[in-house]
Amino acid sequence: MRFVLQKLGFYAVALWAAVTLDFLIPRLMPGNPVDQLVSKLAQKGQVTPETRRAIELLLGADLDQPLWQQYLGFWGQIARGDLGRSVAYFPASVSDMIGQTLPWTLGLIGLSTIISFLLGVGLGTFAGWKRGSWVDNLIPSLTMLQSVPYFWLALILLYVFGLILGVSPLNGGYDPWNTFPGWNWAFIQSVIYYGTLPAITIVVSSVGGWMLGMRNMMVSTLSEDYILTAEAKGIHPRRIMRAYAARNAVLPSVAGFAISLGFVVAGSIVAEVVFSYPGIGNMLLQAVNSNDYALMQGIFLVITLSVLGANLLVDLLYGVIDPRTRARS
Amino acid sequence: MTATLPTTAGRAPRHEVDPVLEITDLSIEYQAEKVVRAVDHVSLTLGRGEVLGLAGESGCGKSTLAYGINRLLKTPAVVTGGSVMFHSREGHTIDVRALEGDDLRFFRWEKISMVFQGAMNSLNPVKKVRDQLEDVFTTHRPDLGKKVRRERCGELLERVGVDRNRLNAYPHELSGGMRQRVMIAMAMALDPQVMIMDEPTTALDVVVQREILREITRLRSELGFAVVFITHDLPLLLEISDRIAVMREGRIVELAEALTLYTQPQHDYTKTLLGSFPSLTGERGGFVRDTGSTHAEEIR
Repeated sequence: MRFVLQKLGFYAVALWAAVTLDFLIPRLMPGNPVDQLVSKLAQKGQVTPETRRAIELLLGADLDQPLWQQYLGFWGQIARGDLGRSVAYFPASVSDMIGQTLPWTLGLIGLSTIISFLLGVGLGTFAGWKRGSWVDNLIPSLTMLQSVPYFWLALILLYVFGLILGVSPLNGGYDPWNTFPGWNWAFIQSVIYYGTLPAITIVVSSVGGWMLGMRNMMVSTLSEDYILTAEAKGIHPRRIMRAYAARNAVLPSVAGFAISLGFVVAGSIVAEVVFSYPGIGNMLLQAVNSNDYALMQGIFLVITLSVLGANLLVDLLYGVIDPRTRARS
Repeated sequence: MTATLPTTAGRAPRHEVDPVLEITDLSIEYQAEKVVRAVDHVSLTLGRGEVLGLAGESGCGKSTLAYGINRLLKTPAVVTGGSVMFHSREGHTIDVRALEGDDLRFFRWEKISMVFQGAMNSLNPVKKVRDQLEDVFTTHRPDLGKKVRRERCGELLERVGVDRNRLNAYPHELSGGMRQRVMIAMAMALDPQVMIMDEPTTALDVVVQREILREITRLRSELGFAVVFITHDLPLLLEISDRIAVMREGRIVELAEALTLYTQPQHDYTKTLLGSFPSLTGERGGFVRDTGSTHAEEIR
């Protein structure tokens, strides 16, 4: 319990530091981004005082207030989920835009990261257990796929499966003409149909690393004395593989998994751009292209939160799966 | 080879009347690029309830022999000849070399259990002591209830002088001596007839070593299992063994009762080994260190 509280305390401090930086950086930047944004907005139409106010509040250009009051206001906004208004998708609010795109990213990139991890660790376990088997021989080709630049691999696969074979849609997250977003079967089917190829490219390009890492840890774990002891105890080989070897060998992979989970939101840009997927990475690109500071700030906040959250989760999980890391009170 | 070696006359020795383990002409090779014969036509008979010491320098093949008995060798080690016969106390004989699959699995630990060299690393660091002890029962006594199993594990720990609460500990929370005691408790779990101890006290300091040895001697007289005790520490063997086999370059060069071996060593190597330990009372500097070269590679 003490261990959990310590961890939670640490992450609370990290979160505070991250949000404070998120608040301070625009204030430390030279120039006045508010005027920039307002003039940009003015090209598209009339700028309401409300919008100007929102931008001022978010970027801290509201000079009537002392800094500490702005800071408190910033926290209040975050607590209410109010991140200002987007310029690129005006007049949608930033939190609405994030709420719209985040599920797509979590679904596609999150799921394929998890699938890739499970598949890689599973295959790696077998490859390490039966060295020299066909699974083991798969590793060089899979690591080669990983060393190929992802966008290139994705484009090639998109070209082959989407254009030549025509078995996969070329872009988007669902069929916008024949289905309507919601919990209906046609829509879900369409999401799966559209998401399969992007997911496959992500899995194919990352599974080799998991597999290689797990395989090597398996090999070194298998030479440990406790494996020999387990064998001498007459324990079933399958149980030795799972409960003794893989159980211990997976620990470093879990740490790596934590990091990649944290970057699910941040690392999705290339995949989403290649497949024009309606996720948060694609939106971040739009935000950067149209100087949408509020949206960028909101996305960065989400990235920060997801990295911290994933790390916290795995930190706590690690304490459970590796008793040696538990701090002694 | 046993037949030619001297044993004290008089009553027939235990290992001839009631053997529990008979090793005949066992040969083990490491079939690497250069073939190394680590165990070379070794014959040994272990009597029921006997402590047999197996002494020899590092790399003489004593661990390989121990693993060979229980079929724990991995490639490139290959048993090339000989036989290992186990005479169960229920009266049937098991040809260990012919065991395969589940039969071999159920034979291990049930009949011959082992305590390994690196007791520090013989326990899985991420599993509780309880789980590792219970694993033995879930494998070999699957019909045992959870409560009985727990109770047995507690008893086992207490038998080796470790508190029952330690069941909930992880290995890294125990001292080296305690870990070795846990391993001994684990080795006794199924009431085996033979326990192979491969340098069980090497990593421990002399005080803990003494306690562990006393424990082993006591448990053996209570439970009556036979022990193959492997070490390079000849004086220690002289103290605890009934008979001692001296091994060198994969061969057993001498096998005799402990006292006989000490007082009338026959083989030159045995004399050298005995002479290489300083005596408390002898003259200063009067022991030989040069034991000659070995061709057997360092094994395990």
